[in-house]
Amino acid sequence: MTAAAMPAVPGAPPPATMFQDIWRGISRENPVVVQMLGMCPTMAVTNLVANGVAMGLATTFVMVGAGLFVSLFRRRIANEVRITSYILIIATFVTLADMILAATFPVISKALGPFMPLIVANCLLLGRAEAFAAKVGVARAVADGFGMGMGFTLSLTVLSAVRELLGRGTLFGFGVLGPRYEPWVFMVLPPGGFFALGLLLLAVAWVAGRRRRLEATA
Amino acid sequence: MSNLAWIFVSTLVVNNFTLVMFLGLCSFFGVTAKVETAWRLGIANTLVLLLTAVSAWVLNTYVLTRTPFLRTVAFIVVIASGVQITEMAVRKYFPVLFRQLGIYLPLITTNCAILGLALFQTSRHYTLVEGIVFALGAGFGLTLALSLMASIRERMELADVPAVARKMGLVLIVASCLSMAFMGFAGMGTSQ
Repeated sequence: MTAAAMPAVPGAPPPATMFQDIWRGISRENPVVVQMLGMCPTMAVTNLVANGVAMGLATTFVMVGAGLFVSLFRRRIANEVRITSYILIIATFVTLADMILAATFPVISKALGPFMPLIVANCLLLGRAEAFAAKVGVARAVADGFGMGMGFTLSLTVLSAVRELLGRGTLFGFGVLGPRYEPWVFMVLPPGGFFALGLLLLAVAWVAGRRRRLEATA
Repeated sequence: MSNLAWIFVSTLVVNNFTLVMFLGLCSFFGVTAKVETAWRLGIANTLVLLLTAVSAWVLNTYVLTRTPFLRTVAFIVVIASGVQITEMAVRKYFPVLFRQLGIYLPLITTNCAILGLALFQTSRHYTLVEGIVFALGAGFGLTLALSLMASIRERMELADVPAVARKMGLVLIVASCLSMAFMGFAGMGTSQ
């Protein structure tokens, strides 16, 4: 969690409709491309689309579950032990997600390895618990968790699709670019992760800047 | 002995925690604007990594032998309280250092490098000594990556870059180049 991310929501968040609560995480406050939270899993598992999607969905599951329980117990948790309590709630859901994934998709579970339990240390989860779920009702907390999770999944899917397509010429393991494509191996290696996210951020900054210019001239 | 040396070199450069394994990226991007803070945070992280390596070994050997599914929960609770204790000790005995580190000290809890160390140590079945060497290599590697990045970013302050790249875009491209440089060490041995 960066120091700058904390004071973004002072006190309780302003009222909003259910749709706004969900949409915010996908667009304007996207955890990856705007808030730069949860960077470690973002880079580590996005060399294959299947891994990226699995990590995104697992994180969404944990976000919704943790949001629900943090919001439920928000009046009972003492202020002094709140961070530890949130971490415990998050860790419980991560353990659940880890076991469910290992039982249903053992191959993906093996590929993700220690990065599955590492969801606990994803600053996005603790950040949203502290800044949002602990201050609002159950329905809003769940909506926000779902929106943030979906925004996270979307970013991971785009990133891993670009990396797998360029680095291996495949998508979900199916050959797309044909046998004559020479794989750009760099993209599936660690430097390619930084590079692909850098390009994605440049693209987002370009679109945002262009929109601002258009609004200024209109 | 050579095994210990290999673990150290391997975690320090070949499989550098930050640049190759993608652990601890939040602090890598968040607090590398100044060399001074980056360096201090690296040292604080090394201390917590050492504490974690020892406690993870104790937990694995004596406590969690019959309940491995509680590992994630147990590790994170131990790390959170370890960071809390470190913070209190530093505040009591080194007040100057405490003021310099400020907010970064409690934030170490959500640094995935710490939990990652405990998990990798478990999955590789390291002994106590190997675990400590592993933690030292990881800590120095983290400090190295943070200081390198901070030095480059201090220079970049004065560079004339396009407006689009002024925020994080350029930082990530630079990180990519650094990571590429570290990939050069991969020839030193098998990456396990």
